[in-house]
Order: sequence, then structure tokens, then C-alpha cells
Amino acid sequence: MNKRCTLLTRLSIRARSTGDEENSSSTTLDTSRYTFFFHEFSLSFQNLIARVSPGKKWLENCRAYSVPASSKVVRDERFATLDDQDIKHFSGIVGSKGLVVDKDELEVANTDWMRKFKGSAQLLLRPQSSNQVAEILKYSSSRRIAVVPQGGNTGLVGGSVPVFDEVIVNLGAMNSIISFDEVSGILICEAGCILETLDKFLADKGFMFPLDLGAKGSCQIGGNVSTNAGGLRLIRYGSLHGNILGLEVVLSDGTILDMLSSLRKDNTGYDLKQLFIAGAEGTLGVVTKVAVLTPQKLPSVNVGFLACTDYTSCQKMLLEARKHLGEVLSAFEFIDSFALDMVLKHSGDRHPLPDAKEKFYLLIETTGSNQSHDKEKLDNFVETVLTQGLVVDGTIAQDNTQISNFWHIREAWFLQLPPLGKAGAVYKYDLSIPIKDLYNLVEILRERLATVVAYGHLGDGNLHLNISAPDYDEKASFFFQLLAKIEPFVYEWTAAHKGSVSAEHGLGFMKAHAIHYSRSPETVELMRKMKAMLDPNGILNPYKVIA
Amino acid sequence: MKVMVAVKRVVDYAVKVRIKADKSGVETSNTKMSMNPFCEIAVEEALRIKEAGRASEVVVVSMGGEQCVETIRTGLAMGADRGLHVITQDSSSLFPLAVAKLLQALVSSEQPRLLLLGKQAIDDDCNQTGQMVAGLLGWPQATFASKVSISDDKESVCVEREVDGGIETIQLQLPAVVTADLRLNTPRYATLPNIMKAKKKSIQRVTPEELNVVIGSDLEVLEVTEPPKRKAGVMVASVDELLDKLKNEARVF
Repeated sequence: MNKRCTLLTRLSIRARSTGDEENSSSTTLDTSRYTFFFHEFSLSFQNLIARVSPGKKWLENCRAYSVPASSKVVRDERFATLDDQDIKHFSGIVGSKGLVVDKDELEVANTDWMRKFKGSAQLLLRPQSSNQVAEILKYSSSRRIAVVPQGGNTGLVGGSVPVFDEVIVNLGAMNSIISFDEVSGILICEAGCILETLDKFLADKGFMFPLDLGAKGSCQIGGNVSTNAGGLRLIRYGSLHGNILGLEVVLSDGTILDMLSSLRKDNTGYDLKQLFIAGAEGTLGVVTKVAVLTPQKLPSVNVGFLACTDYTSCQKMLLEARKHLGEVLSAFEFIDSFALDMVLKHSGDRHPLPDAKEKFYLLIETTGSNQSHDKEKLDNFVETVLTQGLVVDGTIAQDNTQISNFWHIREAWFLQLPPLGKAGAVYKYDLSIPIKDLYNLVEILRERLATVVAYGHLGDGNLHLNISAPDYDEKASFFFQLLAKIEPFVYEWTAAHKGSVSAEHGLGFMKAHAIHYSRSPETVELMRKMKAMLDPNGILNPYKVIA
Repeated sequence: MKVMVAVKRVVDYAVKVRIKADKSGVETSNTKMSMNPFCEIAVEEALRIKEAGRASEVVVVSMGGEQCVETIRTGLAMGADRGLHVITQDSSSLFPLAVAKLLQALVSSEQPRLLLLGKQAIDDDCNQTGQMVAGLLGWPQATFASKVSISDDKESVCVEREVDGGIETIQLQLPAVVTADLRLNTPRYATLPNIMKAKKKSIQRVTPEELNVVIGSDLEVLEVTEPPKRKAGVMVASVDELLDKLKNEARVF
């Protein structure tokens, strides 16, 4: 919202004065989607005020949001601009196949998964080893060239794409599996390995990766680690903080920090690797190698898709699931009827419960080593909740195909809908809220706005809120009004309920200004100090995480 | 009218199978097993016939060891009325002819008017049982059904079959044997109320001896091996090289 306001201000002024197109080194939104905006805004300034938020002065509107925005949107002039000498030097480090200047490839790397953020990097580097990464960063630090570490580019908060012309350092070429210990289950691999590839490799050996999320076909482990991706099975396997045993990180000055121990327990000194897992999002160092503790892949998997009438039942279901399913519970997801309808409309999946007209649906998964034991637990659980009236209807998958169908419905939100030619623009929020208050936010927003859908990891208290604006044919004023109704209300409400404005997606670019809603000023100040210490020139992923 | 459906417990369709180290068969311990997808389609069809008012009872039959009961329960959870379990030592010794003989015995005691089966099992791909049992019973048969309609007077059934040349429509006098193909229907999910009810439905157990059938086989599995791995593609530098490879290596012309 903030960036849009400021951008449009600048556009309109420029349009009025010179009729030029916008400066290519400024942040742009995906212009193809907003071209109609720019058409309209090449009209005069006065017209703008008349169209936008009638009754409220446009400048007033902007002033409310644009102060932090302008500081975030302007390119930091202390960063150098690339010249031929730099390109030559980089070429010497990564070789000709590691240097990408092709317009089309850059276009893809510059755009994020949601197609909401687009940078204008002129150079993409694909180092093949940690040493190359170290040399790149050492040189960039000395020349003060801003750098964006990039993995699978599946982040949802614009953290993996440049804001301006930062150089993209993509770790995709560093994708080898270094070692795997079949007794302890400890896997050591490079940061560019794709999650699904790792999971398949482990499956052959009877193990599994403790992290699973919708993006697994494209996301890379380095990015997962830096963002502390939560995923679908956090309720069972815990977060990456517990599963990552060691990291190799390259700091901004080119130092390679080898913390790649594969020990289950190691209490020698400060556990620095935790700093680079989560929160860092590529701003403190570049993760180049990862040592993970992987659990056994257990054969017996059961999935139930259940319908509940109201949110209170969902909460009670969680309690009952923990009680009856206990140690075999491996996922507890919820999706509300609006979200389910939207998914089914666009993804072509079948409604698992065509006769149910309930408002909430739960996806519960159990994973264990003994099929009959788990089935018995599941049967007992189902019977209990049916008699208590907590579920009205439901189905239990009878074979693996049905299991993947149910999961596909839950994951379609990431896989199918983002490119969203399908459902218009989507404002996504990822909030951690105490479970008992979680759905209240959705209902409050639904009173204020049009299409609010909610789904998420109920077992972890993590709500994924999606608010969609119907069509790009709407007038611009609609967007301002819509976003004004959402932000900062969502953040303020979450802060008031002691929740977190970013449960698992991270802050990236989108929420860099929102950190104070969930962290005290003293905490944020300490974070700034650490950033200054580890990255004095501020070249690692600037404009992100802490604005 | 009673409809009988024969179902088989096989390795789940979505599982990546592995060969046992001694090459005697596919690794089934610790792998997910479920109802054969074509059998599921057959059960669904039987239920639809019942819901259309053409049948009064749907009986699900399976043969094999103790674990077959799970598969029968799935059928019951989908909506079948009762189950029949033929207990044998283990499932691996049951070849199509033995199954056909057992079905013949069951049919003579249960007297269904329609016997539905999946066209083939995904573990052996035999595609024989339906045809064999029809031969043994002397009943008309319609295999690879993609549409089944029982006549109003319940004396005949009209079946559309998928054959190589297209769709063949035939009419059979009941009683008859029909085997289900993929496009016959989409099986329903088993809903919770039905799953709960299924627990109370009866599953009758019989042995082959009680049916006067001797399980034996003239077939012996010698060896099971993996098919040769697909070779990686080759990049060619020019059209001439492509033609050369097509002619000399692929021997296309």
C-alpha cells in the first residue's frame, strides 16, 4: 500500500511534467497487471484526487502510509552500480556458465512466486561452491555491491527478489548431497538442493525430510533454513531449529563459517547457527551447506477429511486428536468453506464431502509404524468425535490416491492459485494467533470486506488469511480502500492478541515495516546491532526484514 | 436382485514397488495395500445399481489371508450390505483359475443375478478371472464395461464396452458377469457414518474345503525382475547427425 502510494505520486508527477516512463531502477510492481493504472494516472493530478478515495484527500491518505514507504522504496545510493569491471571479476569467479545476463532468465529471477514483487537486477550469479560464494561476497563487500541470495524463489513476502538492481546470487547450482548416515539419519547437503529431491533420496533409504510444504517441488533447503519454513508437519517433527544440526554459512565479508557439525548434542559456546535459521532470511549470511537430522519414514499413513459446524468444534477436535491420536498425529490443518469452494472451483479437485454444507473442514493425518494400530486409534478417535457431535461428516482416505487428493486440496492454495489469473489479486497474511482467538479475526474481516478465506496449520495456531480483490477491471480507488481496510488493522489486531504478524513466511520486503507489531523496540534495536556487526556494509539482502 | 462384487487386495496404486531380493516377487511387507482400483469401480457400480432401485443387496467377496478383511471393510464402508471372506493360507497362491472356481462355488450358494469384478488386478494384470468364471458358470459376460444399465424388468443388462475399435454396445440376459473398466464411474469416498456402520456389518468366513474347491495351480512364478531402465536421451548437434542416428542406431528407416 505504502509503495503503491509513493510510486503513483512519483508517476503522476513525472507524467505531468515530462511524460517519461518510470525510472527502471525504482521498485516496480508487476506492471503488466497494473498497466491500466498507469494509463489512468497519466491524467492530471487533480483527476487523481477526484478518483481516489472520494471524500478524502489523496495526499492525506498517502501521508499516513508513505513516510516509512519512501524510506523503503528509494534505492540506497551508497550501493555501487555494476560496471564492466565488476562483471568481469564475477565472471572470473563463477565462470561463463555461472554468469547470467540473459533478459528472459533475469525476468524470471527478478519476479517472485506471487508475481507481486519485481526487481531489476542486471546480473544473476550461479556459484558452484562455497568458495565461489565467499569470493563473490568478499568482492561485493569491498565494492559495496548489494546482493540478494536466492534459492527456489518461492517466498511469499518478496524476500527472494531484488528491490532494485541488487545482484542475485542463486544457489541452485550447489545441489549435491554430500553424505547420508543411514544409522543416525543425518543428511549433509548443499543449500541448493530442492526439498522434493532430498525427500525422494531419503525415501529410498527409509527416511524422510522433517519439513514438508506446498512448494517442495521448487524450494531449496538453503531458503527453507533461512526463513525457518514451518510447513505441514511441524506439529509432529518440530521446526527446523530442532532438526538442523549444523550449517555452513558465508558471511558478508567472505568468511566461511563452518558450523557443519552433525552431532545431536553440542553445547560448546553460543549456538550461532540458530541466528541464521529463521529471521535472518539471507540478511546475515548466505547458507551454503546444511546438516539435517532426518526421521524414519513410517509406512502407515492415514488421512481424514472432516467437517465441523463451527470453530469451537475445531478447537475441541485438536484437543481430542492430541488425546486419542497422540504420538501418531502428524498433521492438523483446517480450511474454511470459502477457501474450499475457491480451491475446488479452480483446481478441478473433487469435493471430498459433496453433501456436507459445513463451514469448517479439517485435514488430519496420522503417521506410524503399524497400520492396524494406527487404524484402531483413528477408528476410536472418529467414533468419539462423532458421538460427541464435534464432527458432522467426514471421510477417511482408503488408499494413497485418495490421500494425495485430500492433500492436494489443502496445498492447492500455494500451487495453483498464486499466479492468480484465477482469482484476482490476493492479499496474503500469515499470522500466529492463540488458537482460541484465531478465527475471530477472520469473522471481523469478513464483516468489513468482500472475499476473505482462511486456512492454515490449526495445530500450530497459524492462520493463513487470503483476501481477494475480484478483478483488475476495478477502479484504482477500490484497491486503496481495500488495503486501507486490511492494513494496519490486521497487524494491530494480531499485536493486541499477542500474536505474530509472520508465523512462518518471514518478513521479507512485504512486512519489513511491520516487525514492531510483534517485537519490542529493544529487541529490534539489538537485531539492528547484530546486522551491523555481521554485515557492516549492509550488502546482504538490503531493504528487507528490518526496514 | 442380489449383486455380488469380487474385490482384491493389492499393493496400493500409488506405491513405488520394489522387487524382493530373491526375485521371487514384489515386496509387499511394509508396503501400503488397498483395494484394486478396478474393483473399487465395480463396487461403486454395484452401489449405484442398488441406489437406482434395481438391486436389493450388494455382497462384497474377497479371497486370501486375514488382511483381506480390511479390503472387505472398505467395500462395506462404501455402502455394501455384507461381506464374504474366503480364507486361504496366503494370497500369493491364488491364481485366476482358482479364484474363478471359488467364485463359481460362491455364486451357486449365494445366487446373485449379477457378478461384478474389476477388469484386472494391478498386481498381476491377468485380465482372466471375470472371463473364466463366466465360462465356468455358463453365464454371458461383458468385459471392459464403460456403462452398465439394468433393464426395468431386471431380466437383461445393456453394457457399453471399450474395445480397440471403439465402443461396443451389447445386451446380456441376466444372470451375467460384467467386469469394470476405468471410465465406468468415479468411486465415492467412504464417509464417516458409513465407516462406522460398516463395523457392524457381517463378514461371513468360508474355507475352500467347505466350498469343495481344490486350490492348486498349473502356474509357477520363476522369477520377477525389473524392466530395463530407460536410457537417457542423446543430444544431437545437427539434422544430419539426427538422420544418421535414426538410420543406424534406432533403425527407423
